[in-house]
Amino acid sequence: MNSFITNNEGIVLKYIVGTDDFSIVGEVSSKIKKVLKQLNIDNKLIRRVAIATYEAEVNVAIHSLGGYIEVEIIKNEIKIKIRDNGPGIKDTNLAMEKGYSTASTKARELGFGAGMGLPNMKRCSDEFKIESKFGEYTELNMKFVV
Amino acid sequence: MAKYWHSVTLEPDYCNGCTHCLDGCPTEAIRIINGKAKIIDERCIDCGECLKVCPYHAKGALSDNLDILKNYKYTVALPAISLYGQFPIGYDLNKVLNTFLHLGFDDVYDIGYAAEILSDYQKKVIKEDDKLHISTYCPAITRLIQIRYQGLIDNIVKLESPMEVAARLMRKKIMKEKNFKPEEIGIFYISQCPAKITSAKVPIGIEKSCVDGSLAIDKLYTKIIKLYDEIEVEKDLLKSSSKGYNWGRVGGQSFSMGIDDYIAVDGIDEVISVLDNIEIGKLPNLNFFEGYACVGGCVGGPLNVENSFVAKNRIRKLSQVAKEKNDIKLIDYPKEIIEWNQEIKGSDVMKLDNDFSKAIKKMGEIEKIFQKLPKINCGACGAPTCHAFAEDIVKGKTTIDKCVVLNSKKRRESNESV
Repeated sequence: MNSFITNNEGIVLKYIVGTDDFSIVGEVSSKIKKVLKQLNIDNKLIRRVAIATYEAEVNVAIHSLGGYIEVEIIKNEIKIKIRDNGPGIKDTNLAMEKGYSTASTKARELGFGAGMGLPNMKRCSDEFKIESKFGEYTELNMKFVV
Repeated sequence: MAKYWHSVTLEPDYCNGCTHCLDGCPTEAIRIINGKAKIIDERCIDCGECLKVCPYHAKGALSDNLDILKNYKYTVALPAISLYGQFPIGYDLNKVLNTFLHLGFDDVYDIGYAAEILSDYQKKVIKEDDKLHISTYCPAITRLIQIRYQGLIDNIVKLESPMEVAARLMRKKIMKEKNFKPEEIGIFYISQCPAKITSAKVPIGIEKSCVDGSLAIDKLYTKIIKLYDEIEVEKDLLKSSSKGYNWGRVGGQSFSMGIDDYIAVDGIDEVISVLDNIEIGKLPNLNFFEGYACVGGCVGGPLNVENSFVAKNRIRKLSQVAKEKNDIKLIDYPKEIIEWNQEIKGSDVMKLDNDFSKAIKKMGEIEKIFQKLPKINCGACGAPTCHAFAEDIVKGKTTIDKCVVLNSKKRRESNESV
């Protein structure tokens, strides 16, 4: 289930992302974008967050067995965590290289899998961490300074 | 001029408080209060969606009538390009333009010609930078971007519309050739839609429009077809080429500019979905975006009379038989005539609060209320969605007891407990 938690300091949004359904890719980033707009966050920052979360959605849909995106918005910072249920990445350094891709033919035919997703996320965010255990999970953590 | 002036209006006597218009409004600008639809001025973009869906014709567009011509010594009609799609093939469109001379106008300018100038000018602007350029031809879309897509404001092509360019050229010409003072000249747009009427009154990007007023096509149509049979052609008024006429339909601008990496989108819902995708970077490598609130482009404007698909086809045919292009020299059309000179600002209306902590607090309250609501978006409370209703409650504009579903649930429960 998607969830929405607020306290005095900020908001935590959690969205479940499925796998292999390209038609709904982009919905989560659009929802996040709408929330950020209502909170009067700078447009250029919203754009960066939206692009990064969209790339993350694409990745979860193409490569993973499903997962979730969690967004934490506090006064000076937006933290985004993307965690999937595997299959994990063998070599994260290689995965971060521009143009490296393991995407399926199906995904490539749809215009995805150019090997730019992770580098794009890194470029858009102010802090970027990738962690993966092959056979288990991948977790990305991004930070954006507000 | 008031801060928010809108051409789209509501006639309370005809409104029976149904929820048709609520649903279709792209900026959630309508609420039903005490059984009558009300427009939230700062949210309305004059797209005219509510006009199209209202079964009781309670929504209208404020336009001028022919009496206004009496206030001026020399008057000019600027008929929208979509007018050319309102007459069956075989009609002499030059004669159609001549009917305006009998409606009381002293002169008529073929806006298609101004569109052609803009085609060349805009192409030059687009070629200078390979970023995404968003057309401002449809003022409803420009206003939509100001309200909902502020991250795209920098991508807006800051050029005037053919209407404004035509008005400026005509005013200059008449002052020079006929020796009239600026205030003695009245220039009127013959409009296909409320958004254009609004943009003549309260323009974006410039301080004041050169257009003095607007008359709706549907209000003049019967007069035009009657005059058509009675009059003789006096002047050669039809000046445009294929490039200009094409601006009357979706895709026409891109076609006229002869560019490749563009998309042309019509219908407000489709435009919204494409702009959403552009904002998240889903549509890279685009050079030009032309979006229209109405299906078909300007031929779909709610103040036209002909079916938009028929009119669109006629414009297509017209552009096939018209001459390919006029000999336009851009050097004759300086920046002051073509470009906007004011900054385009985003609107704050979708923001919960300018203070971040307050906005967070409000968002939490909205979510809490929203969770209690039925989420079926029935509209019976007067708000378009349960979420908009929750927002209105937090803003203090309504109360939760307006939710009929919750009320009936409460009644049921209290009956059961008895």
